Amino acid sequence: MRHIISLLLENESGALSRVAGLFSARAYNIESLSVAPTDDPSLSRMTIVTTGTEEIIEQINKQLNKLIDVVKLIDMTGDVHVERELMLIKVNATDGERDEVKRLVDIFHGRVIDVTDTTFTMEITGDGEKLNAFVQALSSITILEVVRSGLIGITRGEKAL
Amino acid sequence: MELIGADIVIQSLKAEGVEFVFGYPGGAVLHIYDAFDKQEDVKHILVRHEQGATHAADGYARATGKPGVVLVTSGPGATNAVTGIATAHMDSIPMVVFTGQVPRHLIGNDAFQEVDSVGITRPVVKHNFLVEDVKDIATILKKAFYVATTGRPGPVVVDIPKDITAARCEFNYPAEIKMRSYNPTVKGHIGQIKRAVDLILSAERPMIYTGGGVILGEASPQLTRFAQRLGYPITNTLMGLGAYPANDKQFLGMLGMHGTYEANMAMHQCDVLIAIGARFDDRVTGNLEKFCPDAKIIHIDVDPASISKNVKVDIPIVGQVAQVLDNFNEVLDSKRKTPNTAALEKWWAQIDEWRSQDCLKYDHNSGLVKPQFVIEQLHDITNGDAFVTSDVGQHQMWTAQYYGFNKPRRWINSGGLGTMGFGMPAAMGVQLAYPDETVVCITGEASIQMCIQELSTCKQYGLPIKIICLNNQYMGMVRQWQEFFYEKRYAMSYVDALPDFVALAQSYGHTGIQIDKPADVRAALEDALSRKEELVFLNCFTDKTENVYPMIPAGAGLNEMILV
Repeated sequence: MRHIISLLLENESGALSRVAGLFSARAYNIESLSVAPTDDPSLSRMTIVTTGTEEIIEQINKQLNKLIDVVKLIDMTGDVHVERELMLIKVNATDGERDEVKRLVDIFHGRVIDVTDTTFTMEITGDGEKLNAFVQALSSITILEVVRSGLIGITRGEKAL
Repeated sequence: MELIGADIVIQSLKAEGVEFVFGYPGGAVLHIYDAFDKQEDVKHILVRHEQGATHAADGYARATGKPGVVLVTSGPGATNAVTGIATAHMDSIPMVVFTGQVPRHLIGNDAFQEVDSVGITRPVVKHNFLVEDVKDIATILKKAFYVATTGRPGPVVVDIPKDITAARCEFNYPAEIKMRSYNPTVKGHIGQIKRAVDLILSAERPMIYTGGGVILGEASPQLTRFAQRLGYPITNTLMGLGAYPANDKQFLGMLGMHGTYEANMAMHQCDVLIAIGARFDDRVTGNLEKFCPDAKIIHIDVDPASISKNVKVDIPIVGQVAQVLDNFNEVLDSKRKTPNTAALEKWWAQIDEWRSQDCLKYDHNSGLVKPQFVIEQLHDITNGDAFVTSDVGQHQMWTAQYYGFNKPRRWINSGGLGTMGFGMPAAMGVQLAYPDETVVCITGEASIQMCIQELSTCKQYGLPIKIICLNNQYMGMVRQWQEFFYEKRYAMSYVDALPDFVALAQSYGHTGIQIDKPADVRAALEDALSRKEELVFLNCFTDKTENVYPMIPAGAGLNEMILV
């Protein structure tokens, strides 16, 4: 099953490689990983999307917790939470395509962030499925480039990591 | 007081109460070596290879419970130390290893003797640090010792660029350290402990299975009290031997691949398993599908990640084993319930029947020196009280089976990683810690050659360890597997062109003795052990084809043993 694990870790050189190394050394899956400093610059927040049996997921949580650089950890899969991913996508857009692409961006609540005579570059946020749906909707258009950020998530309500 | 980084390192070691640093100099650590020369509190032991330094520090740590300390240079110094660091990591041994690093401005430049020591050691340490500022040295060292010695212990590497050891700053060693990301002091949950005690008292076929955690956690007295008040059978893992006296009737011997028949059968048929400071290693469990099919399992461990890693447990208790066992004993004191004596009597009758198989019997009339006999004689002469280190292979298993350890921290071997070459350097660390005790290294002619150069270190520091080489002219355990599982095709397991070990020992300035007859074993051991001031290398030619029995083949269950 797919799990979203969010952690706070010391913002120190090597902290990321400890997490990545743990996953490769123990043959765990990483579907996506995103990391950046938080409002407290001494801490980084990392979101990991992984899959595995319940036993594997339990071990992943425990092994992550065991890393000395990890301050706090939450597996938000069981909690009500919000997931977001950012996608930047550049497509060929000439003649009639320009209207169609613009219409699709509006439907998906995305934005066009760069325009040339022949291309549109757009940003769109949402969960993974929405981004996939957007790419699908562009099937008749030539896609030049896709950049996805990896998923980040936060729990709803008063609970905080 | 303003000091240079190198002096700060030494002063910090002094503040930590470090007696010995095992090391080998080189370019990147020369400032630190210079600082050694300016003081006398922290002694440096010069090894002949960095692997030897790590094993010696490891042996010191295992025998004393104090962290072992290592200092090596950058590049090859660090990579040579990796095997010893991994050895300590697999067995949760507290160790702090300092690696020199090239100056900061050269890092990443493929400089002379540069390797990414933090990167290379990351998977085999509890934690590691790269010092980036001279002002951080004292705090990082405090953290390193704190992390290495608390919770589930383990090795910590501190990588120090050379220029930092020459830079100056004010030195204040922190009295205490707090880390927001590391809180190792966990107390066992009292509700779980009460539930566990109820289950323990309800058992009809109980079994206590304990590992290295009991020794690391100094919980031997608590364990002994706990087991004896219940009268339950107990087995130790390879790493846990000595935690419970081997000469007690409740002790069933070691369990696992080369464990006793009675220990493994009792594991297989128990209805309540009490696992304490043990990690359900594959050499212990055999086939997980067939492991303890009828048992409810209680597991006490300081490391939450050890719980339900390999075997799903019914009552997990995360905490220091000594504290949890104290709680167990208190709860038992307060209960009026006692164990089910009728069921227990039946259970012991069954166990005694298994015992009567005498699974450790061996041929006494072959005319050849049986390795088991050598270990038994050694036990007899030393009253089971010596510090015994070993290398890895058949001799290690025979020592575990036949020496009969009655006290914790006397049996020192590489259980998890299985590192050949561990025994002699480890014995050096033990002998330094306990100069007046008998320290024996049981080894084989293959293992001993992996760190043979440390004979020179032993000479330099006058370490009178006793090396007993069970020389069967084979990599015995490899040969045994080839005999059993590869139709006797002995590929590469014969150790050809062996040195004359007696002459070799003598060339290093030590005493060498050689025997090949059973009748000479006792006298040779007595002779060797009586030479209190000398290192004695006893080269003992043994039966070449002797195998370690009993044996559970890989993939089999604990009830599927090969007996003699």
